[in-house]
Amino acid sequence: MRIVREALAGLGRAPLLSGLSVTAIGLGVFIIGLFALTAHNIDVALSGVEERVEVVGYLEEDASSQQIEVARGEIGRFPEVEDVEYVTKVEALYEAQRELTEFSDVFSDLEVNPLPASLEIRLRPGFRTPDDAAAVADRLAAYGFVEEVRYGREWVDRIYALRRIAGGSALILGGSFAVGAALLIGIAVRMAVLARAREIAIMQTVGATDGYIRRPFLVEGLLTGLAGGLLALGLTRLVHTAVDRTLLSVEWLPSSWALAGVAFGGLLGMAAAGRAVRRELRRLDAF
Amino acid sequence: MIQLRSVTKFFNQSDPALEDVSFHVRKGEFAFLTGPSGAGKTTVLRLIHMQEMPSRGEVRVSRFSSGRVRRRDLPQLRRRVGFVFQDFRLLESLKVADNVAFALEVTGAPRSKIGPRVQKLLGQVGLAARARSYPRELSGGEQQRVAIARALANDPLVLLADEPTGNLDERASAGVLRLFREINAMGTSVVMATHDAALIRQHRNVRLIELENGRVVFDSRLSS
Repeated sequence: MRIVREALAGLGRAPLLSGLSVTAIGLGVFIIGLFALTAHNIDVALSGVEERVEVVGYLEEDASSQQIEVARGEIGRFPEVEDVEYVTKVEALYEAQRELTEFSDVFSDLEVNPLPASLEIRLRPGFRTPDDAAAVADRLAAYGFVEEVRYGREWVDRIYALRRIAGGSALILGGSFAVGAALLIGIAVRMAVLARAREIAIMQTVGATDGYIRRPFLVEGLLTGLAGGLLALGLTRLVHTAVDRTLLSVEWLPSSWALAGVAFGGLLGMAAAGRAVRRELRRLDAF
Repeated sequence: MIQLRSVTKFFNQSDPALEDVSFHVRKGEFAFLTGPSGAGKTTVLRLIHMQEMPSRGEVRVSRFSSGRVRRRDLPQLRRRVGFVFQDFRLLESLKVADNVAFALEVTGAPRSKIGPRVQKLLGQVGLAARARSYPRELSGGEQQRVAIARALANDPLVLLADEPTGNLDERASAGVLRLFREINAMGTSVVMATHDAALIRQHRNVRLIELENGRVVFDSRLSS
């Protein structure tokens, strides 16, 4: 009770600085939140894409049905592979006509079917990554009757790179803001310690432990950080709503991520306050 | 109880605030630490309270030695060494009883024991009736008595007092001195810094340690 009362009094003692600290933490966590939102939506998009990740091997004209059947069996036993479908030349043409309706006349006027037969391989969940697709593609290409293998490597790679960039940027930008916020909290706590220097000196004189003196300041830092985390959450939600309504449909963060963001703000505040008060206590005493 | 062995203290590189100071205050002893302003009296008290550490030599208080004490030991030491200041250092926002209770709360004493203990302490210094007053409503002598009650809260082995009568008139000073003697009579060692020679003359049979320019120039125990 004493701790919370003193922490609230501490926040009220320098409202401008407390407000600045909350804003700084808020901005730091907000930047992280924005990138988290981006990363999460890329994740969502990727999982949709991943389901459709397939490796297609186009076959030579002279591939025998026996060779194809043996290969199907072998490929079907690869640990990454969910199923293997053999698409004949006729089926390929039929599919092309059905899917590419604007070219249906071209396809129906053909005297010779130019489309190759193929083996279409769907990968198991957990193996739908660029690396696994590449590994399966390599093994498929090793069959002599397979003329060409495709699996859309470039754009799968790009989406993954984009996700890594989003994550890295969040760490660097958000981290820089978080450091700035920690410095501001440090100043706020140091001012609070100085404002109470007389009281703290009396506490030390009568035998209070550092922990007893430190606790209200830690709670003050925690409250500042939590307020900053909530501010960040609100700002991220605002941006999400604005983008969702005007630009493109985006998903909101999972609640565990949102909670982790607010908790991160609180921990950041508490750590910054702890560091500042420890330094000040040592300055006030002989050690 | 309190032992200073060849203690030297530098605050800057040129002149030492204390140089080669040695003395021993026994359990239950009453000692005046005297000398002109700037002689080093406050520095000696701060060293005993381990608010400062010696640059050379050793300060021992009970089982605590300046050479070995760790920061986390200091609260234990300070609960055993009460400190009374010239300017009282009471918290103006707290009532008299709360100022005394504060010294018990910081040690984590149970609430049920704090109230009766505070009443007893205020009774001991003659201020039971002023428990609910604020420090600003008290005279200087009364404020100093509150500070003494606070210093006694944790049953200290030693009471250090830095010019405790410096801001008081003659009558209040005599009252505070009488209180120190009573506390001493109950077994608590008292080390009181003062430059008031008249005050010292009123008290025969007490230990007198005189400092000048950071050195002990007279110790009544050694001269007797």
